[in-house]
Amino acid sequence: MSMPLLEIKNLHVWFKVFGGILKVLDGVDLIVRPGEKVGLVGEMGCGKTTTMKSIMKLLPMPPAIIPEGEIIYKGKNILKMSSEELQRIRRKEISMIFEDPTAALNPVFTIGEQLQDAVKYSGSESLKTKTKENIRNRAIQALKEVSLPDPERVLRYYPLQLSGGMRQRVCISMALITSSELLIADEPGTSLDVTIKDQVLRLLKELVEKRGTSIILISHALGLVRGMTDRVYVMYAGSVVETGKTNKLFTNPLHPYSQGLLDAIPKLTGDGIGEGISGRIPEYINPPSGCRFHPRCRYVKPICKEKKPPFFKVNEDHEVKCFKFQKKGDEIAKQ
Amino acid sequence: MMRDINKSKKKSKMWENIRRNWYNYSRNSLSIIGLLVICIIILVAVFAPYVSPHPKSADKFIDFDEANRPPSSIHICGTDQYGRDVLTRIFFGYRYSLIMGIVVLAIVAPLGVLLGLTAGYFKDSWIETIIMRITDIFVAVPPLILALAVCSVLTPGLFHAMMAVCVMWWPWYTRMVYGISSSLKGEFFVQAAELTGASNLHILLREILPNCMAPILTKMSLDMGWVILIGASLSFVGLGVQPPTPDLGSMVAEGCKYLPDQWWISVFPAIAIMLVVLGFNLVGDGVRDMFGA
Amino acid sequence: MTKLPNNNILNISNLVKYFYTRQGIVRAVDGISFAIRERETFGLVGESGSGKSTVAYTIVGTYNPTEGKILYKGQDISRESRKRPQSLKKEIQIVFQDPGSSLNPVRTISQILELPLKVHDVVKDSKERINKIAELLDMVQLPSDYLYKYPTMIGGGEKQMVGIARALATDPSFVILDEPTSALDVSIQAKIINMLVKFQKEFNLAYLFITHDLSLMRNIADRVAIMYLGKICEIAPTSEFFKNPLHPYTQMLLSSIPVITDEEEELKPKKIISKGEIPSPVNIPSGCSFHLRCPRKIPICSKDDPIMVNVKEGHCVRCHLFTR
Repeated sequence: MSMPLLEIKNLHVWFKVFGGILKVLDGVDLIVRPGEKVGLVGEMGCGKTTTMKSIMKLLPMPPAIIPEGEIIYKGKNILKMSSEELQRIRRKEISMIFEDPTAALNPVFTIGEQLQDAVKYSGSESLKTKTKENIRNRAIQALKEVSLPDPERVLRYYPLQLSGGMRQRVCISMALITSSELLIADEPGTSLDVTIKDQVLRLLKELVEKRGTSIILISHALGLVRGMTDRVYVMYAGSVVETGKTNKLFTNPLHPYSQGLLDAIPKLTGDGIGEGISGRIPEYINPPSGCRFHPRCRYVKPICKEKKPPFFKVNEDHEVKCFKFQKKGDEIAKQ
Repeated sequence: MMRDINKSKKKSKMWENIRRNWYNYSRNSLSIIGLLVICIIILVAVFAPYVSPHPKSADKFIDFDEANRPPSSIHICGTDQYGRDVLTRIFFGYRYSLIMGIVVLAIVAPLGVLLGLTAGYFKDSWIETIIMRITDIFVAVPPLILALAVCSVLTPGLFHAMMAVCVMWWPWYTRMVYGISSSLKGEFFVQAAELTGASNLHILLREILPNCMAPILTKMSLDMGWVILIGASLSFVGLGVQPPTPDLGSMVAEGCKYLPDQWWISVFPAIAIMLVVLGFNLVGDGVRDMFGA
Repeated sequence: MTKLPNNNILNISNLVKYFYTRQGIVRAVDGISFAIRERETFGLVGESGSGKSTVAYTIVGTYNPTEGKILYKGQDISRESRKRPQSLKKEIQIVFQDPGSSLNPVRTISQILELPLKVHDVVKDSKERINKIAELLDMVQLPSDYLYKYPTMIGGGEKQMVGIARALATDPSFVILDEPTSALDVSIQAKIINMLVKFQKEFNLAYLFITHDLSLMRNIADRVAIMYLGKICEIAPTSEFFKNPLHPYTQMLLSSIPVITDEEEELKPKKIISKGEIPSPVNIPSGCSFHLRCPRKIPICSKDDPIMVNVKEGHCVRCHLFTR
């Protein structure tokens, strides 16, 4: 097992607001290895975007507080890095694709200007001399990589002149310029149509595999994640509840929440739709004690209300944070 | 029984809203300072006859023995050319400033808002055209000149000064609310109300107007200061409150003749104007924060 | 066209809606015909620019049809909502796509639910109204203390439940659901869909259900119609639609659905990689509007627009490959 590229250890993130403190992230653990495609699934409000923004240090520091936890990137803790180091990483190694490509592109600058800015500040080693000519060519090459037809013309367009799918491709190309190691894609297909989403995500998968970049794909659409990732993490109310190899987890979800989730997805077989999961997501101001899922869980035991479950290893590559899987003398994978 | 439970829930929700609004307002300490300053000014203006050191100075009063005295322990801001205590006249002068602000906004805001709401909702119709073109005409004339023109036609005085300011102030409310109203027109909740069959009046007043309240209230808070300043400018040129009634603007004007030797006659009223304008500006910023803008 | 028995609640014939803009004529809906039966769930599927939302809004009365007829229970209602009789507004209701903007953020839930009751005098007086509102909240499984909450204080799924309660407040017969769960999570979607199915049986409702989620459509619609750039490409009963899709666009769409089990993967048609972008409705290609992206194009496709033909009982397609 190769050394992880990124490791999030027991991350806690709180927000100070009117009425108290929102204890959003409650100990998130996540590992990404070089070249791996990892999925992070969960419903709205579970903390996926907060986790990702913490990696990129995009959270506004008041009101956000990080009382505990580490984010280790290539052996160094991002949370304790100097701003120069952080900037270097952002320019060259890690970058993020956001959910809404329209909001991610500045409407008053042309695609060309924005792409060339990305190239200029990317500090990419392959550019020996950063002349205007070189930068422009690099930008055109980036657009070709994402299969945009007629790249020279696209450079002159403003974002609003392009369709949603094309905008998302531009965002992907910009992200690829500045990410040699890790790409974080936050719901990359949500605002796109079904056929266009399929095209764009297919492209993303190809590019990532070709370059050997790792990718964290965040989505609430499980079907998407299944098609694109090797391993997946399921999040609920601020912590990871289950993780494993994608096809294993999807065929055999263990955590009651994952089961409920997969059951609730409408299937093409036409068997009707599952019941959903009773109850609602907890309020972060006063979260449930112990396992945060216990108020909604049909297998709840007394210990669930008192202690937070650690990861229990059920198989090679399949771990669950649930006391249902605790056996006497069980091998506890992570505390 | 259910109605009683509901009433008490309603009350507790109200209190929660008030507490939340205060939380948002008080994030910035300057807003609190502004609020304090304004409260003091209002108290001082309302209770002027009781808190001012020399209440007689507010009216026809002449005491040449005490004339042109510099600031001292008896006259904290000195006396003017007629021996009247400057501080007392400032307190009384605040009354007229505040009256001007309140009356003008009380007339201008409802009028401007109603016109803007109607014009925005009936966008692309003759109603909108008439209202907005009239608004454009009023906006095109430089405001102070408009006020001066109105004032010079009518006899100078507080009432006519207020009318003049009203005439030049209403278009800004209309424009602001027009923008919001026309953009809200396309929102789903407005469509939902229309499709259910609600009357136009209901939609304007109950669906669209409440969504405009935040910018309206913010603007009104900020405007208080500006209206007071315009009022002072009008009285500075003699078109507002007439002597011997104390007014901050005319006090500054009269005192100009005595600069720089008897500087206190102009400078203190000027500082007083600055305090009230600044105070309302800070309150306006706080109100904007309160509404989460 | 299929000949349906007389208990049709809605009959659309040759509906056309064009928008005249500076960029040109937007042919949002370009001649569609279908009928919805009582107590049926009719599904309308399509991507952006297909016109499905425009169809919904024209039926409910936000837009005035450019051409064509809308018949509701036999009555001609082909005009804007303002010109329709007030009683009609009780019968046809709509649940909007975006729960966030379909509820006025500065009105409480109780005020929002009160409006349709007041306008249509559903109950006698204000005391009765509060009770009716509480009943409505109970029906959508929301606690009664939500009465005095504002929409911003409740979650997206709950907002949508309020939207549904609002639609059902006037006891309608026909409800249009415009992507009611697209903005929501899967588990909340399941809850809401199950609720909608229950209400349909309980209150004898006909639904026009619009969504781009084909897996969802598979499980709730009785019949499905798929639209592309303002025209219907194919209509069929649900199981037939999914088992035996005829139109190349239908096949392309079905083959792109992300699924989560291998079992479902088997059910999808052979993978057709979708090429190209969806053209803008201002600039519709000549001939068959789909020909630029169609993998099975024949020469006539770029010249003539195909017409809808009945291939099987209840199954119609609009494609030159099936026109004899």
